[in-house]
Amino acid sequence: MLEVKAINTYYGLSHILFDVSLSVHTGEIVCLLGRNGAGKSTTMKTIMGLTPPKQGEIVFKGDRVTGLPAYQICRRGVGFVPDDRRVFADLTVGENLEISARPRQGFDGWDKERVYNFFPALRALEGRRAGVLSGGEQQMLTIGRALITNPDLLLLDEPTEGLAPIIVEMLEEKILELKAGGLSVLLAEQNQNVALRLSDRAYIIDNGHIRYHGSIEDLRRDEAIRHKYLLV
Amino acid sequence: MELFTGLSFSVLCIQILVGLSKATILFIVASGLTLILGVLRIPNLAHGSLYMIGAFTTYSIATAFSQSSLGFWIALLLAPLIVALIGLIMEQGLFRFLYNRDHLMMLLFTFSFTLVFGDLVKLLWGSDYRSLAVPEIFQGSYSLLGMPFPRYNLFLLLLGPVFAAGLWFLTNRTILGKISRAAAVDREMVGAVGINVNRIYAAVFVLGCYLAGVGGALVAPTQNISQGMDHSIIIEIFLIVIIGGLGNVWGALLGAVIFGLTDAIGILVAPQFGIIFPYLAVITVLIFRPKGLLKSIW
Repeated sequence: MLEVKAINTYYGLSHILFDVSLSVHTGEIVCLLGRNGAGKSTTMKTIMGLTPPKQGEIVFKGDRVTGLPAYQICRRGVGFVPDDRRVFADLTVGENLEISARPRQGFDGWDKERVYNFFPALRALEGRRAGVLSGGEQQMLTIGRALITNPDLLLLDEPTEGLAPIIVEMLEEKILELKAGGLSVLLAEQNQNVALRLSDRAYIIDNGHIRYHGSIEDLRRDEAIRHKYLLV
Repeated sequence: MELFTGLSFSVLCIQILVGLSKATILFIVASGLTLILGVLRIPNLAHGSLYMIGAFTTYSIATAFSQSSLGFWIALLLAPLIVALIGLIMEQGLFRFLYNRDHLMMLLFTFSFTLVFGDLVKLLWGSDYRSLAVPEIFQGSYSLLGMPFPRYNLFLLLLGPVFAAGLWFLTNRTILGKISRAAAVDREMVGAVGINVNRIYAAVFVLGCYLAGVGGALVAPTQNISQGMDHSIIIEIFLIVIIGGLGNVWGALLGAVIFGLTDAIGILVAPQFGIIFPYLAVITVLIFRPKGLLKSIW
């Protein structure tokens, strides 16, 4: 599904990602674990085409997408949920979904109704300005907004950050539900508990380098590595 | 009823209506400027030049069809479209490559267009004044409160709300409007949900230029069409946009009404100093609301 090959990304002169390689197969949840500032969000943005890599290659569904603008990467089937949520604050919940809708021809995909069925709380907020929603509501909206673009791969950047435990639990269930529906997910997380519960495989990123790659069972057993790279 | 010497209630009312009809044109031109400023973040100094081109084009088209009573109306239809076409060429040919430059660069770049367009108008139309008659059905005056009120100004007065409603509909009820409201705040994220932002930018830029053209066409029968009308309007509409709140279409409406009214009443109260009243209003607003009356997008 997604193949990231040795990408190097810069912000201006500062080198952020060093030969980062990872892959996500169809129907998998893969997590990218790392501390604050390790390069998780930059990896996500690079895949999305928002900060194109200087070197390296990104292959999605067999096509090279390196250097394409974000809107084309989205239309090829990558949905993006950024860590700072970035709902369109001046627009209502309904309008946020309307402008993001990318219906697929001859395909029974996501529309507003299906998003509201998936996150029933959003239906009651349809006419509300997105900027006044609570954190949990905004997070549901950003996920809904990514889903309505009808992606095959969802990039979830710290979806549970700063949210109440009960909402985190609800979101976890929803993410597993999406996986059961056949969606592939790349999940960036600081919170290893969430990542260990949801994922099939894990990468650990630190200082812009991938330091570890393995199945979730291996990672669960390997306390030393978790200690080294993930404890604050 | 006399308010004070020489100033009656009915004169004041008529003058307010004249001010509001002038505000209509200011609003239409300023709304185009503020749309481009809010969504594309370009402070387009050439906006006044496009307005001037709109006025001269209206003159030429209306004169070419002068044997028909529809001459002005054909011009009102075509001239803004020609201006919009110029806008499309500017955007597609130049501006779209420069969106990542900082505002100062953009400001200087658009300033260069005011020079180019200024000379272009001089080449095409010469440096003489031109004037255009008010279209036949709006010639003459109505009598309001015993005072004459030009019919054409009434037409302008009625047009103001039509344009305000149209812009409201466009920004709130159409997908283009919703996307441009989102793009004004977070361009990158709009791209990440699969929208080609460059197309939206082009559409908004062209729409803004179209509005400058409409303003130029509407003003053509009310004043001399001359070199230099670009300078006076660009100062006025920038002030309007600043006191209204950058990028806010309703701010442009409010600013235009304030500008039009203080101008009209100022002329009445102190004819020699009339011109300073709108500027006093602007200064007052900026002292108390430095970011403008309504919410600024910047």
